[in-house]
Amino acid sequence: MANPTYRADPPEARRLVTLDDGVTLVFHRPSGLTHVLAPPAPELLAALGEGDADIAILIERLRAAYDLAEDDLEAALAARLAELETAGLVWRR
Amino acid sequence: MRHEFRVTVGPVGFRVGSDWRRPLAEMAALYDGYPEAAIPDFTVRLEAQRPWRRFIRPSVMIGGDYMLPDAAPLSLDHGLLAAEMGMNLQMALGQRRFLLLHASAVERDGKALLMTGHSGAGKSTLSALLGERGWRFMGDEFALIYPETGLLHAFPRPVSLKNEAVELFDSVDANRLGPVMRDTPKGTIRHLRPPVDAIAKMADPAKPALLLFPRFGHDPAMRDMGQAEVFVRLTQASTNYVALGETGFAALTKLVQSVPTRAIDYPDSDAAIGAVERLWGELA
Repeated sequence: MANPTYRADPPEARRLVTLDDGVTLVFHRPSGLTHVLAPPAPELLAALGEGDADIAILIERLRAAYDLAEDDLEAALAARLAELETAGLVWRR
Repeated sequence: MRHEFRVTVGPVGFRVGSDWRRPLAEMAALYDGYPEAAIPDFTVRLEAQRPWRRFIRPSVMIGGDYMLPDAAPLSLDHGLLAAEMGMNLQMALGQRRFLLLHASAVERDGKALLMTGHSGAGKSTLSALLGERGWRFMGDEFALIYPETGLLHAFPRPVSLKNEAVELFDSVDANRLGPVMRDTPKGTIRHLRPPVDAIAKMADPAKPALLLFPRFGHDPAMRDMGQAEVFVRLTQASTNYVALGETGFAALTKLVQSVPTRAIDYPDSDAAIGAVERLWGELA
């Protein structure tokens, strides 16, 4: 699919702890698994918590909260989303 | 079982049954002064592989509430070791009240020093040495973190001294030492009963105040550790982190965020004790 729509569990499915080195630990309640996430993965999960979205909508949501200056943002986010898919935290609708 | 020995270590009661009298007699001597367990939490069984193997080349199978199906039997000379391994196994596979970390621990002024790391890193020897030098020995194998309070509960089993560490304790009262067991899967092993105060105070928990990752046999060095690295290494050091689910996550993240942590390399035990005392003074 050229423009996939992504979905994640609602925020209450996760317990988050952010550590001093900027890493976020995620306890995923449905699976009982712990994930160690670096930015921007936690921010992507939070943005998806507002509802299913494709990358363009995700970028809009992220821009509302963060200063995004990165080139090639779309490709970078697609790579992070693919990692979250592999981890079982995000899937395609 | 033909013979039985019951003992309480910290918050856990054990019943050890055996086909032979000798390992339990050795346990009774080693655990002199420990309270008996009225209602055991775990049962360990030392069983003959076949009925006739009680007498002919006796070999000890380790059984109990929790078992490893492919565990190799030990010779009767190593029966005490089999009992200790069986008790470890029950804790590692069955303990659910506490978050269990493969770590040693000592206490001073109500605050606990935790030491963890790979096998052979020296955490067990260090805890035993500190226990002889003014610290309260809380355990050389498992640190028990109570999730609701974050407090460390003592599990002061006899210390399992291995190889070169055995002779470091030649000067202690001989009745505190178990039999010398040679040619075990981990080399020469001799158990050391902790000091009297460690047993007397084993019901007293302590607040974790410093976490060290010691490493023996290297030039002296010290390194800060990020919380993420500490967290990941402690999940590896825990035998029941996954089984405890969110409770374990909450307990471990709280520990990682609240306790200063360092990795230390040391060439010998004097250097290690010096480093521990210095870091304790600075951080705990």
